[in-house]
Amino acid sequence: MTAAPRRDTGSLLALLLLALVAAPLGAVAWRGAGLTLGPADWAAVRFSVTQAALSALISTLLAIPVARALARRRFAGRGALVTLMGAPFLLPAVVAVLGLLAIFGRSGLLNSGLQAIGLPPVQIYGLQGVVLAHVFLNLPLATRMILQGWQAIPAERIRLAQSLGFDPADTFRHLERPMLREVLPGVVLIIMVICLTSFAVVLTLGGGPKATTIELAIYQAVRFDFDLGRAAGLAMVQLAIGAVAALAAWLLVRPAGLGAGLDRDTALPAPRGWRLWADGFALFAATLFLILPLLAVVIRGLPGLTDLPATVLPAAVRSVLVALVSALLTTGLALGFALAAARHPRPLIEVAATLPLATSGLVLGTGLFLLVQPFAPPMTLALSVTILVNVALTLPYLYRVLLPEARALHADYGRLADSLSLTGWPRLRWLILPRLARPLGFGAGIAAALSMGDLGVIALFAGDRQATLPLVVQQLTGAYRMEAAAAAALILVTLSFALFWACDAGGRRAAA
Amino acid sequence: MKTTLLAAGLSVIAIPALAETPVLTVLTYDSFTSEWGPGPAVEKAFEATCACDLQFIPSGDGAALLARIRLEGAASVADIVLGLDTSLTAAATATGLFAPHGLTPATTLPVDFADPAFLPFDWGWFAFVYDTTKLPDAPKSFEALAASDLRIVIQDPRSSTPGLGLLLWVKAAYGDRAGEIWAALADNIVTVTPGWSEAYGLFLEGEADMVLSYTTSPAYHLLAEGDGTKAAALFDEGHYLQIEVAGKLAATDRPDLADAFLAFMLTDAFQSVIPQTNWMYPAVTPATVLAAGFDTFRPATSLLMPPDQAEAARDPALAEWLEALAK
Repeated sequence: MTAAPRRDTGSLLALLLLALVAAPLGAVAWRGAGLTLGPADWAAVRFSVTQAALSALISTLLAIPVARALARRRFAGRGALVTLMGAPFLLPAVVAVLGLLAIFGRSGLLNSGLQAIGLPPVQIYGLQGVVLAHVFLNLPLATRMILQGWQAIPAERIRLAQSLGFDPADTFRHLERPMLREVLPGVVLIIMVICLTSFAVVLTLGGGPKATTIELAIYQAVRFDFDLGRAAGLAMVQLAIGAVAALAAWLLVRPAGLGAGLDRDTALPAPRGWRLWADGFALFAATLFLILPLLAVVIRGLPGLTDLPATVLPAAVRSVLVALVSALLTTGLALGFALAAARHPRPLIEVAATLPLATSGLVLGTGLFLLVQPFAPPMTLALSVTILVNVALTLPYLYRVLLPEARALHADYGRLADSLSLTGWPRLRWLILPRLARPLGFGAGIAAALSMGDLGVIALFAGDRQATLPLVVQQLTGAYRMEAAAAAALILVTLSFALFWACDAGGRRAAA
Repeated sequence: MKTTLLAAGLSVIAIPALAETPVLTVLTYDSFTSEWGPGPAVEKAFEATCACDLQFIPSGDGAALLARIRLEGAASVADIVLGLDTSLTAAATATGLFAPHGLTPATTLPVDFADPAFLPFDWGWFAFVYDTTKLPDAPKSFEALAASDLRIVIQDPRSSTPGLGLLLWVKAAYGDRAGEIWAALADNIVTVTPGWSEAYGLFLEGEADMVLSYTTSPAYHLLAEGDGTKAAALFDEGHYLQIEVAGKLAATDRPDLADAFLAFMLTDAFQSVIPQTNWMYPAVTPATVLAAGFDTFRPATSLLMPPDQAEAARDPALAEWLEALAK
């Protein structure tokens, strides 16, 4: 009896979130006339799916050895490396592209090196560049999500494996493979959906109109053709792809069923021999790949720091406040979602917690604008709408991060807690928060940092006196001030990273 | 207690008094309103003459302005839209949302331009910008550029107004041969960016030899940074013009103020701000002469399609462009 209302909370939240995605889309579709997709649109759909699938698979495959090495090796600077894993993911797309170009571009480090030893240059522009950038941005997210999986393997199982004399192959078969089977579908799904809607990265590195994505077709439909029906149609196609991917991932996930542990801290066995070298190589290569473009971003930003316009400070304060409020709301909501989904798995929740990522930013913004406009001047709602959109767009990340551990928590402690009548606040305080502290901190960090960066969706709501930091960066680049823009972007990235670090480290400390 | 009541009473009186200052709302592109753009100086100068409050709403770029005004329709809070260009004015006129301005200003544009609904406030020539220390001899035509192995970065005509300007430039210069020119240019194009700032950023990072920008871009580097190494390549075919215009919305509740603003836009107080904040030529050259640097790169021939012709040429030219570059 008592479980009945709680069972509905998950579905109710899911429906609310779906409404938030569907209502703006409906508002845009309603203003448009008819739905027509030509051959060029289908070419855009094909390219979007291809690049997104490739980016997701490569990011995830490369992340597995890196996450395993981080899980089973202990070395100086390991904590710093794990934190660093958050950084590329938080870069605004254009900043990340310029950082990558400093290394892989035509006059970048790599090509200068190749030229010096007489080799032909590599060409970054094209599908390869798009995938490279997406791997750079998402490899860290994949690594962190898979690492959470490794850390969630109970110490008791590891000890049992050791006392049974498991070799690395046995450990993989009995412990690691079931864990990966549970975690990987969600990782591939979320990265694929992120890359599906990627706009500036694809266009800038794509090399030309061959690299046309659905989002660009939507852009053209809204801005130049003012064909809202077409924009809504394209946005629906994008959502449908996201929904299919979410359902496929849902079907592929198998609970690892490794059982509960007593939280003893036992490291995974760290095999010697070639495996040590392989782990070392994975860590070294990933670090180099991630840190060089980041360094380029820092070096580009430093010279302009002394000459920043006065608007940067209030804009930064505004952005941080928006980020904190967004993160708090998202974390609470995502926890509710993940707990509900762990208790009663259902595809509705799965789809609702994925679709916001597959929405077209431009259609979401345009639709919200159409919905709000009859009631209030959109400018006056700029910050509230920003927070609302941030919550919707960052919730899917948190949900994915929390879900595996919420499932394990429910499987291992659900019945015990129920039999003790541990419900409501005490259950949250004494069971859920302590056991989920690590993913909650990581997730809140992601939500806060991503909320610093979002711009595309709320451009229609921007007022003259409420500029956030990303808008200031955009204004600076639009007025030739590339040096000041790079410096403002460096501040944006530093603040994002600081927020991420504070939440993530807080979560890890609370879990320790 | 009494003083609180008094204060409350006073504030009730004070609010209508404040609200009586009429507000003129101008919808414009982002970089116009930024603190280094023309916005702040224009606001100060106009407010000194109008006893009103001039407010800007920044909204993306030129194409975003038009999309927004179409979304809002007659319900828009804006009185003026400032920042469309002549490739967008035909579509803007067709919405029926703009009112005639009734002025016949004497402008200093290099071509004849008169539009009943839109008044020009500045203009510039599109051009490929390069670094003279890396490229001593710039090509003098699209054909020479296509025949060279120079690498260029351009903007996408589907998302950017300079990108659309380049499309119309090639069409105006080459007509039926435009597709052929694009096919020949295809191997020179490093990449096509969503907007002007990404392309210009890539050029400054050394990713391309030339970038589609304006003939006035080198003036920015010279005057604001003391860097004289940037130049604009002058093409024999002539250069396509971007004329930026403003218009009054028919549904404005402040028609008198809107008219006053449009008239003010063509005076020295507005025009003299333009060159070194918007880095374009003022539509009415102000009494204060242009700084050196604005005279260095002046094409002999100006190209411009009339608005309705530009509107009609857009879709076929885009199809041609896509076909030539998607191979």
